[in-house]
Amino acid sequence: MRSIISVQHVSKKFLIGRLRLPYQTLRDSVMTAIKAPFRFRNRSDSTEDQIWALKDVSFEVKPGEVLGFIGRNGAGKSTLLKILSRVTEPTSGRVELYGRSGSLLEVGTGFHPELTGRENIFMNGAILGMPRREILRKFDEIVAFAEVERFIDTPVKHFSSGMYLRLAFAVAAHLDPEILIVDEVLAVGDSRFQRKCLQKMEDVGHQGRTVIFVSHSMAAISRLCSRAILIEGGRVAGDGPTDEVVNSYLRGETNSAAAREWNSGTAPGNNVARLHSVKICDEDDAMVASVDIRHPVALVMEFEVLEPGHVLSPNFHIYSEEGIILFVSNDLDPQWLGRPRPPGIYTSTAWIPGNFLAEGTLYVGAAVSTLDPVMVHFFEPQIVAFRVIDNHESGSVRGDYKGPYPGVVRPALKWTTKYAPVGATAAREEALIS
Amino acid sequence: MTTPASAESSLNANPTFSLLHQDLPNRPLVVMQPTRSWSLFDFKELWANRELLYFLMLRDLKVRYKQTVLGVAWVVTQPLLLAVIFTIFLGVLVRVPTRGVPYPLMVFTGLLPWTFFSTSVIQAAQSLTGNAALITKVYFPRVLVPAAAVAARLVDFTVSLLILVGLALYFRIVQGYQINFTWHLLIFPLLVLLMVLLTLGLSILVSCVNVKFRDVGVALPVLVQLWMFVSPIVYSADLVPERWRTVYSLNPLVGLVGGFRASVLGTEFPTMAITLSVIVTLILLVGASLLFRRTEKTFADIV
Repeated sequence: MRSIISVQHVSKKFLIGRLRLPYQTLRDSVMTAIKAPFRFRNRSDSTEDQIWALKDVSFEVKPGEVLGFIGRNGAGKSTLLKILSRVTEPTSGRVELYGRSGSLLEVGTGFHPELTGRENIFMNGAILGMPRREILRKFDEIVAFAEVERFIDTPVKHFSSGMYLRLAFAVAAHLDPEILIVDEVLAVGDSRFQRKCLQKMEDVGHQGRTVIFVSHSMAAISRLCSRAILIEGGRVAGDGPTDEVVNSYLRGETNSAAAREWNSGTAPGNNVARLHSVKICDEDDAMVASVDIRHPVALVMEFEVLEPGHVLSPNFHIYSEEGIILFVSNDLDPQWLGRPRPPGIYTSTAWIPGNFLAEGTLYVGAAVSTLDPVMVHFFEPQIVAFRVIDNHESGSVRGDYKGPYPGVVRPALKWTTKYAPVGATAAREEALIS
Repeated sequence: MTTPASAESSLNANPTFSLLHQDLPNRPLVVMQPTRSWSLFDFKELWANRELLYFLMLRDLKVRYKQTVLGVAWVVTQPLLLAVIFTIFLGVLVRVPTRGVPYPLMVFTGLLPWTFFSTSVIQAAQSLTGNAALITKVYFPRVLVPAAAVAARLVDFTVSLLILVGLALYFRIVQGYQINFTWHLLIFPLLVLLMVLLTLGLSILVSCVNVKFRDVGVALPVLVQLWMFVSPIVYSADLVPERWRTVYSLNPLVGLVGGFRASVLGTEFPTMAITLSVIVTLILLVGASLLFRRTEKTFADIV
């Protein structure tokens, strides 16, 4: 099958001088020319003031593929997206697009606060390359999706930020190109609208359109994309099925998706508490990336208390693959409940029982908070991940059933049964009659 | 949760229909690679994006006059106020020679293209940097941004034109001045075209240079003020000595304004000056376009 997008050895160079000083003045250029007339034209070639945002990136995308880009901030994802969207051109290499493309690097591009919702829909649509006819045809649908019917002729400066974002996403969501390039737009609105956006994105993927998608949410990537590319330091560090690439990304610095460690410089936290590490362990205290559905799993966080006198409550957030919080667990150990913790290093472990979670990938977030008054000292959502595996062996909740097993959790519940044999009922009825 | 969109287009009902590989074009629709060649604008692409030009212009106009009490009246205020001031000082006190044309009419005929030209160029200079958010986030033909700034001022110009017509009728009917409406009036649309092309050329030039060298935006208002006095706006080109006339006419506004006056007020038609004006305009337009095309790919990186 032929590719709809072909990226061949693309590199992009930025000059650090330009990054720091976004523009030059004429005088600067003239002075540089006077000081070093022969270097003037080759200024950009001196190696110390240039960085490569992308270096020799190549990949192909087939029609209908939904491809996710993942990578840390500054890895080059956004630059790559900008090149694919034609916003900026590569320093070397070549990109070929065999379809009409529409890109969405930001919600509400070109929105103006003084214009009404209606005017902004047309404005934004024109910027995103939607002909007026098409906008007219989809107008009601866009307005309904954004849920701003009553305010459509009000200047958007009077909109709440939620309404503004909803309207902005609604226009973009109704774009109809063959290739759709999307950057981090799902983080808009409240959680209900976020789900609606995610659903819309999923629909787009199912329509057979080619979608390129960048997000920091591993859950969103896992849900939407069949294939993922991991960008590290401007290079392709992984390309394959989403599960594998997401895992290798989460493995990150400590070589395991099931653990993250921070050195003192980058540790999340404040002057009260700092996070050292989060890891997933099995019953034998060994770090694991996957657990048997029947066995308990330990969530372990190590944190340091720097300031005495605070009552601290460590807690874990457990997310499903779709990013839904399944549950939150607070440390209720009476030893520390309501007692200020002296400075030192604490290792807190929460045990999730076996036969409780459903199979699949689960993401864990770790936080330490003071509950009264509420103060979050750090909260790292979706920081580690592990898989719950169902090997279809006996002893699991599934029993002998081999088909797809629905549900976000799969707890082993206690069942009780009362039984009366057919003969027994008859006998009882007879007894009552007589 | 499905939206009506899913059921709407026949494409959606048959998901991969249009995307089977045999439907892909043999040659890429878009190729992105570093290019450093000189080229003119892709007019097919510009035509395809004409609606964007319209909306950018509309945004400019709407934003400018929202929450103003006088609204569109502001459009005519600037040339009208200037005309009044110049009439008092140069027309009444200094008595600048006008060859029989009422001074207010002469100065307003000059101020009309001048106001269009100067405000367009000054605003276009800042247009790309002012729309940085747009340029760094989405692709579209960048030249539409300065072009929209010019287009918005063309709307202002049209409004002011009505004032000129009213003024001309007033002087002819009420004051009884003899104004010759001649066949030159038919040239007026062509002069407007020349005015637009000249303004567009300079606007394209200053806007792309201003992306890299912000000095342009700072220096331009001063330069434009000086330019006004080396152009026959508040005086007639006849004041310039004959032997300097050719050099003077290298300023494309000399021919343009002279042409406006000839067309509207029936004064002598400055053929030489207009020819020079057309030549300078075309050179400027082509040169500016080439430079813009060469630099536009770096806008997103440095704006």
